[in-house]
Amino acid sequence: MFEGVPIHWFLVLSTLMFFIGIYGFLVRKNLITMLMSIELILNSVCINFVAFNKILYPGHLEGMFFTLFIIAVAAAEASVAIAIIINIYRRLVNIDVEKMDEMKY
Amino acid sequence: MIDFSYTIWILLIPLIVFVVTGLTGNRFKPIVTGIIGTAGLGVVFLLSVITAYKFFFVLDKVGGAFQRLLAFNHTWLHLTDKLHIDIGVLLDPISVMMLIVISTVSFMVHIYSLGYMKGEKGFARFFSILSLFSFSMLGLVIATNIFQMYIFWELVGVSSFLLIGFYYEKDSAVAASKKAFIVTRFADLGFLIGILLLSYTTGTFDFITLTGPNSPAFTSGQGIMFLGMSTMTWSMLFVFMGGAGKSAMFPLHIWLPDAMEGPTPVSALIHAATMVVAGVYLVARMFPIFHHEQSALEIVAWVGGFTSLFAAVIACTQYDIKRVLAYSTMSQIGYMMLALGVSGYGGEDGLGYMASMFHLFTHAFFKALLFLGAGAIIHAVHSNYMNEMGGLRKYLPITHATFLIACLAISGIPPFAGFFSKDEILVAAFHHNKALFAMEYLVAGMTAFYMFRLYFNVFWGQEQHYHHTPHEAPVTMTIPLIILAIGSTFAGFIPFTKLVTSDSLPFESHTEWGIAIPSILIALAGIGIATMLYMKKSDTSKKIATALGGFYTAAYGKFYIDQVYLFITKKILFNYVSRPVAWFDRHIVDGTMNQFAYVTNVVSDRIKGFQSGQLQQYALVFISGVIALALLFIYLWTN
Repeated sequence: MFEGVPIHWFLVLSTLMFFIGIYGFLVRKNLITMLMSIELILNSVCINFVAFNKILYPGHLEGMFFTLFIIAVAAAEASVAIAIIINIYRRLVNIDVEKMDEMKY
Repeated sequence: MIDFSYTIWILLIPLIVFVVTGLTGNRFKPIVTGIIGTAGLGVVFLLSVITAYKFFFVLDKVGGAFQRLLAFNHTWLHLTDKLHIDIGVLLDPISVMMLIVISTVSFMVHIYSLGYMKGEKGFARFFSILSLFSFSMLGLVIATNIFQMYIFWELVGVSSFLLIGFYYEKDSAVAASKKAFIVTRFADLGFLIGILLLSYTTGTFDFITLTGPNSPAFTSGQGIMFLGMSTMTWSMLFVFMGGAGKSAMFPLHIWLPDAMEGPTPVSALIHAATMVVAGVYLVARMFPIFHHEQSALEIVAWVGGFTSLFAAVIACTQYDIKRVLAYSTMSQIGYMMLALGVSGYGGEDGLGYMASMFHLFTHAFFKALLFLGAGAIIHAVHSNYMNEMGGLRKYLPITHATFLIACLAISGIPPFAGFFSKDEILVAAFHHNKALFAMEYLVAGMTAFYMFRLYFNVFWGQEQHYHHTPHEAPVTMTIPLIILAIGSTFAGFIPFTKLVTSDSLPFESHTEWGIAIPSILIALAGIGIATMLYMKKSDTSKKIATALGGFYTAAYGKFYIDQVYLFITKKILFNYVSRPVAWFDRHIVDGTMNQFAYVTNVVSDRIKGFQSGQLQQYALVFISGVIALALLFIYLWTN
């Protein structure tokens, strides 16, 4: 699969995903959407890992394993984040990030 | 070789008693604390007597002289190989003699206090601090080096402060305790400077090295002159300043009369027999160096002589019996200082040294007796003023008899103790300085006069109207009186020339009757005048006082030294030193700090908006920073 696909295609894809994620994180006000943006950022990093591993060190698997780790950690993180969001919702009946400014001067 | 290492317990027992009673004082009945304290001191007294016996009579002499023993030594702070601060026990004739004096008087005062302080609020506190004092005073006399002495020197100052201010609900007691502490602290500043100069020039704190035959103090510190005196002379003068403060020498004497605000047993123990002679002991301890610095020793002699005269004049005019005794103490300590000041070193030249220690010894007995007697009188009539007393000899027979013995002893009537020691001092002064000698003759007469003025006013004269019939003190108070009276009678027969001398070598002494007989006659004359004036109530004394006019008023007002001090401190120091310093502190030091705080406050007020609580704002700043850094590194690496 993907034999002969030049590496910069992967890099362009991951960069696009990364900045879409950043944009979403900075602009969307809904906490769930922000969480989804973070997943985008993580996945862009995963693509980079896989691509570099495949092209630079064909005989090795470290990049693949790292990607698996990231997926596992991202799953755990998502569950914790959603738990937090649910708690915030119970308290504020809202998940708008701009309403959550208690921790200021 | 006899083992003296047990002597450390002389020091430890009062300390343990202090800690235990101080921490548990409120859990027991007060009397338990009193008994623990007294028992502890009893053990210390026994140990001291055993030590003295072994030291003077069992221990072998080296070349005919008593040894100087380091019975216990522990290096506490190791600064350099030569300069280290030790805690230990030094036994030599004067320290062993002081052990006897302190433990005897302290033991007597403890027993006396069981009766005198009965039912007082703070009975346990009193005994606990009394133990602290005993510990500090014993530590002071057995100090092996000048730094250990300084530590304990401050500790006796603290215990004196606590005991003068024992009745802390009384404003006058609080003022007196503060005064005593501040004045002696001021003098101790001089002592500290003296220690620093001395140890800097000689490189050691150790007494054995400093006062030995090859002392570094004899050779070093001679080159640099300041105001015509060498460094070593200056350091001795500063050390003497500390001694003068503790021993209430003019002009640092002002705290001692006020210190009489403390309970009477405290006056007897601290302000008559032990702590106030610490200055004399200090000079005696450093005597070889003082003797080498003759100009410093000359000042010691004149300060002592002047104080003895000055205090005797004031004592003749006071009415508060404890104050009369306080001035009398000053006068007698002046005698001791003078004797040291006129003394030579070694053999019969060291007569003054021996006489000073002898007088210190005998004075401790009869002055403690006088104070304890005064305590018994105050206990009986509830007044300090002799013009509210009179005719008490019928009511207080034991106090009367012992007080009379003490009066005779301090007046120098043979065979009581004071005669022998005072006679030796007069002989030493006669051979050295005729002017001081004449002064001391005068003081001897005045001593007899004011003591018997006190005696007749209290025990004879017209009987006053008392609130209730005065009664003799309880047995716990009369027993110490009797024991001390025995001491005051017979202490003079102790052959001090064989035991305590400047170079520890015994020498033969002989009473010089040519000096002794006139001094007895002068003392008798003083007693005679006092008898004429005060035995029967008469106006003659008032007429004499009026005839003396301004001089009497000045003496009655203690020559206004207190007012001079107040003028110097309040008018000059407060206005011209304290106020500018306070201004500098408030405006420059505090002002700088306030400016720092103000600037910080303004700046943080401006920038606090950054912490908005908006998560996405933070993230934007963070990502912008990351991108900026990434661009920077890319730029750097590609070039």
